[in-house]
Amino acid sequence: MTLLAAERLSRAFGGVAALSDVSFAVAAGEVVALIGPNGAGKSTCFNLLSGQLRPSAGRIRLDGRDITGLGPAAICRRGVGRSFQITATFASMTVRENVQLALLAHHRQIWRFWRPAAAAFRAEAQALLAELGMEAEADRAAAVLAYGDLKRLELAVALAGAPRLLLMDEPTAGMAPGERGALMALIRRLAGERGLGVLFTEHDMDAVFGTADRILVLARGTLIAAGRPAEIRADAEVRRVYLGVDA
Amino acid sequence: MHGFLFLQLLTGLASAAQLFLLAAGLTVIFGVTRVVNFAHGSLYMLGAYLGYSLITRAPPTPVGFALGALATAGLVAALGAGLEIALLRRLYRAPDLFQLLATFAVALMAEDLTQRLWGAEDLALPRPGFLAGALRIGAARFPLYDLVLIGLGPAVYLALLALFRTTRWGVLVRAATADRDMLACLGVDQRWLFTAVFALGAGLAGLGGALGLPDTTATLQMGFSSVTDAFVVVVVGGLGSLSGAALASLLIGLLQAFGIALVPRSTLVLVFVVMAATLVLRPHGLLGSASAEAAGAGAPALVRPATPALRALALVTLAAAVALPFLAGPFLLSVATEALIALLFAASLHLMMGPGGMASFGHAAWFGLGAYGAALAALALRAPLPLALVMGLLLAGAVAALFGLVVVRLAGVYLAMLTLAFAQIVWAGAMQFEEISGGDNGLLGVWPPRWLGGPVGFYFLALALCAGGALVLRRALHAPFGYALRGARDAPQRAAAIGLDVTRLRWAAFTLAGAAAGLAGALFAYAKGSVFPTYLGLGRSVDALLMVLLGGVGTMSGPFVGALVYTGLYDALLLATDAWRLVLGAAIIALVLLFPDGLAGAAARRMRA
Repeated sequence: MTLLAAERLSRAFGGVAALSDVSFAVAAGEVVALIGPNGAGKSTCFNLLSGQLRPSAGRIRLDGRDITGLGPAAICRRGVGRSFQITATFASMTVRENVQLALLAHHRQIWRFWRPAAAAFRAEAQALLAELGMEAEADRAAAVLAYGDLKRLELAVALAGAPRLLLMDEPTAGMAPGERGALMALIRRLAGERGLGVLFTEHDMDAVFGTADRILVLARGTLIAAGRPAEIRADAEVRRVYLGVDA
Repeated sequence: MHGFLFLQLLTGLASAAQLFLLAAGLTVIFGVTRVVNFAHGSLYMLGAYLGYSLITRAPPTPVGFALGALATAGLVAALGAGLEIALLRRLYRAPDLFQLLATFAVALMAEDLTQRLWGAEDLALPRPGFLAGALRIGAARFPLYDLVLIGLGPAVYLALLALFRTTRWGVLVRAATADRDMLACLGVDQRWLFTAVFALGAGLAGLGGALGLPDTTATLQMGFSSVTDAFVVVVVGGLGSLSGAALASLLIGLLQAFGIALVPRSTLVLVFVVMAATLVLRPHGLLGSASAEAAGAGAPALVRPATPALRALALVTLAAAVALPFLAGPFLLSVATEALIALLFAASLHLMMGPGGMASFGHAAWFGLGAYGAALAALALRAPLPLALVMGLLLAGAVAALFGLVVVRLAGVYLAMLTLAFAQIVWAGAMQFEEISGGDNGLLGVWPPRWLGGPVGFYFLALALCAGGALVLRRALHAPFGYALRGARDAPQRAAAIGLDVTRLRWAAFTLAGAAAGLAGALFAYAKGSVFPTYLGLGRSVDALLMVLLGGVGTMSGPFVGALVYTGLYDALLLATDAWRLVLGAAIIALVLLFPDGLAGAAARRMRA
C-alpha cells in the first residue's frame, strides 16, 4: 500500500533548480534509500517532504491525501517524523526530557501550565530509550552527548510521535561501524514490526545496500534510477555518476 | 512653498548627516565584534564635552575648529581602544547581551564622571563669526555650518567605504564581518583587529559629538538619548551595514524634517513607526543580512528542578518576607514592596527572555501600560482596587497579545529593538496625549483603599500577588508549556518537526509576560500613588534587563535573585552616595566579570561542583 507519493516535485532557489520533476513512492513497511552525490538535492527533497520548504511545483500525498504546502508541525501531526542531517536536539534538557517533550507534543498536552512535565510519560520515554539502547544516558544533558548518541536520541524523539513515515537524513553519519549496523538493523525491525515506511539518505553504501528494499538515485536534482539494490548496483548510469566503477 | 520644501530638505539632510556620524561607528563595531555597544552614546557625549573643551581653547577660526574636532575624535578613539582592551575583550565569549549589560554600566559611569569633570550645566559652544553665518531662503535662515555638515556626512561615508574596500585592513574587517571564526582559522589575530575597529567606531562617535556642537548643546542626558537614536538608525539600516546606516540616516533625517513641519505632534512617534514598519517588512533591516546576529551564547544551560536546599532557602526567604512588616520600619517596608514588584516585573521578562529566547529592550511598555490602565480605571471609572489591578493586567496583556502577533516572528537584536521601538511609541503617546495621560505631570492620587490597612496591608497584597505571580510563572516553566517553549528556543526546526507550533508558543509567552508585567505596573501605580511616563521609559526597561541578567537568564531562580539584589543595591547606593551611577556601574561590571552566568547560575554551578 502506498504511504507516501511524491509527484513531479520541483524546487528552485533563485534560478537554480535544486530538484526537478522527481516522482517516487514509499509503501508502508518499506525501507527506501535516497542516494546521490553531494548537491544532488537529497536534503532539499527531505525538506520538501517534511514541510521545511515548499515545492515550486508538484504534489506530495500521504495516504492519498494532499499534504503539499503544509508546515512542518502540521505534517508531523499527520504522522511524519524526521531526523536532521545536522543534529537538532533540545540542549537545555536531559535525554529523557527530550523524548518526554516529543511524547507530550504527540499527545497534544503542550498547553498545560501547572502539572510538572518531569513526571509526564516518564515510563514511555524510558522504554523508547531502552529500545535504542540509551536507557543509561537518560539523565545526561543532551548537550554533552557524543555524536552517535545524538543521532540515536534524534531517532527516539522522532519515534515518540508514533510516525507512519520516518524521514532520516544521514542517520548513521559520525557513528562507529558497529553502531551503524545495529542502528540500521533496528530501523529494519521497526519497519517490519510497525509497518513504518522509512526514507533515508546515507553516504555509507554498506548501510544503503544492506538495509534498503529499494534505492532511489538522485543526480543534479533529477531521479536517474530507482529499483532494488541489485538493479541499482548493475545500473551503468549510476556507476558512472555516483558509485564508481569498482562498486 | 518651494522655499519651504527646500528649507525642510536642507534641514533633513543636515540631521541625516548628524545621525550618520552618530550611527556609523555603532554599526561598524557591531558588524565586526557583534557587540551591542550601549556606551556608544556616551562616547558621543564625551565627544561633545571634550570637543567643547578643545574647541573653546583653539583659535576661533575654521582651522582651529577643525583641528579641535579631529583631536577630539582621536582622544575618544583612544578611550574606545582602552575600553575594548580593559573590558570588552574579556566578554566576547560571555553569554548573549552580557556586553550590553557591561556597556550599559560604562554608560552609567560615563554620565557620572562627565558631571564630575565638566559640571551639571549644559555647555553651549560660543558662536564665532564663521559659525554664525546663514543662508537666506525665503523668510527663513539656514545656518551655513549645516551646509558644511551636509557635505561632511557623505565625505565620511565615502572615506569609510574607501577604507573598507581598498586597504588590506579594510578587507580583514569585511572578512571578520562575514565570518570571524573562518578569519581566525586563517591565522589573523582578531584581538587587535577588534581593538582597532572599536577605536574607529569610538572615534567616529567622538567626531560626531564634536561636530554637533554648533547646532546643539552638550548635555549629560545626551548619552542615553543619542544611543537610542543610533540604535534606531543601525537597526533600520541593517546591523553591521555601513551603507544601510547611511540610507537609514537619510530616510529618518528627511522624515523628521518633513514630519515636524506637517504634523508637529508626530515627531516622537514617527521615527519608531518607521523602525517598526521596516522590521515588519524587512526583518533584517534595509540592507542587513540574516547572518548578522548578536554574539551567540553557545549551548543553553541544562535546567534542573529545584534542589531541596533551594526549596529550603526559598521557604526561609518567604518566612522572612511574611515576618518583615512586624520588624521593619515604614521606609524599609516601602523598599520591600518595591522589591516585590520588581520581582514580578523581572520574572515576566525572564519568561520571554530566558526560556522564550526573546530578549526585550522595551519591557517597560507592559509595566507602564499596566500602571496607566490601573490608574485610569481608578480615576476615570472609579474602579475599586481589585478591578483596577485586573484592568491594568488586561490592558497590558491585550496590547502585548496584539503586538506579539508581529514581533515574535523576529529574532535576536531585531526583536529586542522592535520592542524598544514599541515602548518608545507608548512613552511618546503618554507624553503627548495629555488629555488622557496627564502628559509629563502624570496621573496623581491613585491610593489603595482604607480597608487594605495602610502600607502593611498593601505590602501583604504585593507579597501575595508578586511572589505568587512569579511562582506561578515558574511553575508554568516546569510544566509542559515551559518545556515546549524551551524546546522552541533550543532547536526551532526540531520543535516544529515534533509538531510544536513555535510561533504560537512564543506568542503565548510574550502575551503572558506582558500581562504579568502589567500586573506589576498596576501595583506600582498604587504603591507610588501616581503614574508618570517614566514608568514606560528606557531606564525601567533596562532595570528589568539588569535584574534578569544579574540573576542569570539561563536559570529558573535568576529573576528572584536578580530582582532582590538589584533593588537592594540600587536603594542602598541611592542612600549612601550621590555618586550612585558610578558605584552601580562599577558593581555591574564586577558582577559581569565575576559571574558570567549570573548570580543564580554561579550558585548552581558551585552546588553541583
